[in-house]
Amino acid sequence: MLSRSQYYLLAAIAVAFGASWFSRSYNPYFLDIAVTCGINITLAVSLNLINGYTGQFSLGHAGFMAIGAYSAATVTTIFGDKLLPLVGGQTWILFPLALYAGGLVASLAGLLVGVPSLRLRGDYLAIVTLGFGEIIRVLLQNINAVGGARGMINIPEYTNLFWTFGLAAITVYTVWALVNSTYGRGFIAVNDDEVAAEAMGINTTRYKITAFVVGAFFAGLAGGIYAHFKQYIAPQGFGFDKSIEIVVMVILGGMGNTVGVIIAAVLLTVLTESLRKFGDYRMILYSLLIIVLMITRPQGLFTWTAKRKTA
Amino acid sequence: MLEIKELAVSYGAITALHGVSLSVKPGSIVTLIGGNGAGKTTTLRTVSGLLKPQAGEILYNGKSLVGLKPHRVVELGLSHVPEGRMVFANLTVHENLMMGAYLQRDKNLIRASFESVFATFPRLQEREQQVAGTLSGGEQQMLAIGRALMSRPKFLMMDEPSLGIAPLLVKTIFEKIVEINRTQGITILLVEQNANLALEISHFGYVLETGKIILSDNSAALRQNPQVKSAYLGGG
Ligand SMILES: Nc1ncnc2c1ncn2[C@@H]1O[C@H](COP(=O)(O)OP(=O)(O)OP(=O)(O)O)[C@@H](O)[C@H]1O
Ligand SMILES: [Mg+2]
Repeated sequence: MLSRSQYYLLAAIAVAFGASWFSRSYNPYFLDIAVTCGINITLAVSLNLINGYTGQFSLGHAGFMAIGAYSAATVTTIFGDKLLPLVGGQTWILFPLALYAGGLVASLAGLLVGVPSLRLRGDYLAIVTLGFGEIIRVLLQNINAVGGARGMINIPEYTNLFWTFGLAAITVYTVWALVNSTYGRGFIAVNDDEVAAEAMGINTTRYKITAFVVGAFFAGLAGGIYAHFKQYIAPQGFGFDKSIEIVVMVILGGMGNTVGVIIAAVLLTVLTESLRKFGDYRMILYSLLIIVLMITRPQGLFTWTAKRKTA
Repeated sequence: MLEIKELAVSYGAITALHGVSLSVKPGSIVTLIGGNGAGKTTTLRTVSGLLKPQAGEILYNGKSLVGLKPHRVVELGLSHVPEGRMVFANLTVHENLMMGAYLQRDKNLIRASFESVFATFPRLQEREQQVAGTLSGGEQQMLAIGRALMSRPKFLMMDEPSLGIAPLLVKTIFEKIVEINRTQGITILLVEQNANLALEISHFGYVLETGKIILSDNSAALRQNPQVKSAYLGGG
């Protein structure tokens, strides 16, 4: 027997498949925004596990995304010729494997970043994760095998609506199922009161690291989707501003509110597109948006009810 | 059952405990009273493994607890009701209790724990699906105690259960503490500022002042002690 949430997951994947089938007839501009929305949903919902549910503050999500993007692109672009024959030339087999590899490498990085999170909190953790993101960016700039600062080109175009929204659906489902399981209630407990959680014998350390590892895994997958959508990736595309963009989606949607975060991811993606003509002023607009929001709606735009929030 | 010897704990440069010794006999209720900042919370947190002592020994049934992680201490049968009713505000009553049974794998035992907690605090059963943050102060305290009982402890430490609760409810909660001790045979170390009530329900008492035990005696005797009377029982 499938649970109701599992039906929703299957339905979402089926819809993504159907939508993808007809994607040739769509306006390419619309398709571009749709895929970007799907990628951002995955990024924001996975960051919400770290920042929203366990109450840590990570500013390095673009770093995990970069690791996943470069790893997956390396598999398909650099080793594609050798690997494709092994899977009978089927790109629909190679692509998820490459994505998965990217997710794994990113989650390994999540483990590395999660460990300092045990000792640090608040601002200090934010600084460490910010540093991590920058280190990844600088490292990538200096690895010539993946194009260095020029970036990596000729990545095959494997991404479509099915993969994008299939992944988004799986991410939403996984985070939802994790947090709503008996085990997953621990994430919220750690956030509510870390000392009390510890006194109950809850291994707060493990929850915090798990959040980082799972969050990083899905960010890595999103990176792979992104790489095989743009067909070109460069280190500067995964900078601090990308991390901030994802953080804003989580704050806007309401920390620990998955539905709100999805809506915020879509709204902000569309908004970013319309603000593109403002170029770098976008960042100023973003910052202003955060400040105004923090003052007027600290619980997030889309947290209306006090069902799970008491403050 | 619990033996604390010459325990010294500091927070950075501030020394909170200067060699505290106390012992708790199995089946008893022992209280630790003292004013603000005396070091009561520090003592309990150190026993729970939330703080590391600089010096001294903590023996539980002859086994040292020093250096153990909090979850190991819970596994050994010690449970801690933290100060200030730290319930998980965003979880329901049911989920809070489940968190108390976090280390328990046996479903039947968890069910039995639920029944026993609900028998002690019927109010919690009525509110099982309510989010804990919306409970009244007294109900939150019941939940904090119930949550600690979910791990089926043999030794229960309570940090100021009377804090910020209406006097009528305080009385109920103290009756429950006695009931838990009598009917379930759980040994209790009770930290309180409300010395009057604490000495009334306990067998033995210690008085802590700025990180040192200054007095210890049977609770009945402590209540007659002029020093205790003037400092903690509201005058002569
Ligand atoms: N995290 C901390 N960092 C620094 N000093 C602390 C910390 N926690 C407690 N202290 C200090 O240690 C001393 C003992 O504090 P503790 O909380 O154990 O007292 P208490 O007896 O529980 O007081 P109260 O009845 O007010 O709860 C106090 O001087 C306090 O200021
Ligand atoms: Mg205290």
